[in-house]
Amino acid sequence: MKVTIKLFAGFRENRFRVEERDLPPGFTVADLLRELGINEPELGVALINARHVLPGQELHDGEVISLFPKVGGG
Amino acid sequence: MQDLLTWLKERAKGDLLLWADQLSAANRFKVSVREVEGIALKNGLFPARYQRNRNMFNLDDQLKLYNSKVAVIGCGGLGGYIIEELARLGVGCIVAVDPDVFEEHNMNRQLLATPEFLGIKKVAAAARRVDRVNPAVELLPVGLAFGLDNGKQILEGCHVAADALDSISVRLELAEICQESDMPLVHGAIAGWYGYLMTQFPGERTLQKFFAHNSQESGLEKHLGNPSFTPAVVASLEVAEVCKILLNQGTPMRRRCLSIDLYDMEFVEIEC
Repeated sequence: MKVTIKLFAGFRENRFRVEERDLPPGFTVADLLRELGINEPELGVALINARHVLPGQELHDGEVISLFPKVGGG
Repeated sequence: MQDLLTWLKERAKGDLLLWADQLSAANRFKVSVREVEGIALKNGLFPARYQRNRNMFNLDDQLKLYNSKVAVIGCGGLGGYIIEELARLGVGCIVAVDPDVFEEHNMNRQLLATPEFLGIKKVAAAARRVDRVNPAVELLPVGLAFGLDNGKQILEGCHVAADALDSISVRLELAEICQESDMPLVHGAIAGWYGYLMTQFPGERTLQKFFAHNSQESGLEKHLGNPSFTPAVVASLEVAEVCKILLNQGTPMRRRCLSIDLYDMEFVEIEC
């Protein structure tokens, strides 16, 4: 299945802004984070087609996944 | 008080009350400049220091701000700018909360961190700054770590809480206490070039939802640190939200979160 991955803010460093990837069926957000070298605690929000999802969520063909880093400074 | 009002009206330039007259009135009638400001606003006189506000905020709005009490939780990067802007706006009472003292590594970005304040409690520096910037504003310093044990008491009587914390877990405690206290919360967070802004009203759990899956660890700020400009940007956005909530104007960042990326200059709205 083909999904579009959009990275935001600091997640772009040494990675990319937008990329299309061919992923095996059943691939989850958590699997994708692992593939991108992002530790799960670094994740702020994951959106699939602009809807908030948890890392256990499975991806489906044609979806757009957006990943935003966690930010906690003040 | 009638004498004071008569005196103020005689001195006023049109409907503007000059600062020198506000100060003279306080000395002459043995009241605080804050009290003089209240009497002026309630009687149709606009303190001249706010004259550039008046095309945005009318006299009633300025009086509403004068009668408002805002809690600023954290007096570091975000908190310093938030306090400054609230004081200049004319928000009558600011509760500033922070247990720390200023250290050298704060000086790259924290408005209140100056060489003279090194080793000084952040809330004490905030009180001194507000007294210099706008003596008609009352700053109540609370030199404690905000938490579930004291939060409700600290927020008592406030109309809005502004989040300027540096810990996600304490932020979630703040969100819970705001919920219990029926108080709107403006959330801001920063790391390096990046930040977030969201506003949450009682009954909404946007912030809790946002951090639901991993609240205990710190974020990107741990390895990015923070420069001088990101806190100023996010703090200003927070103050705009606080101002709108106090005056019931405009559209707050509600049930959505603004992702701020100053590196690629991208502002993205996330539906929550």
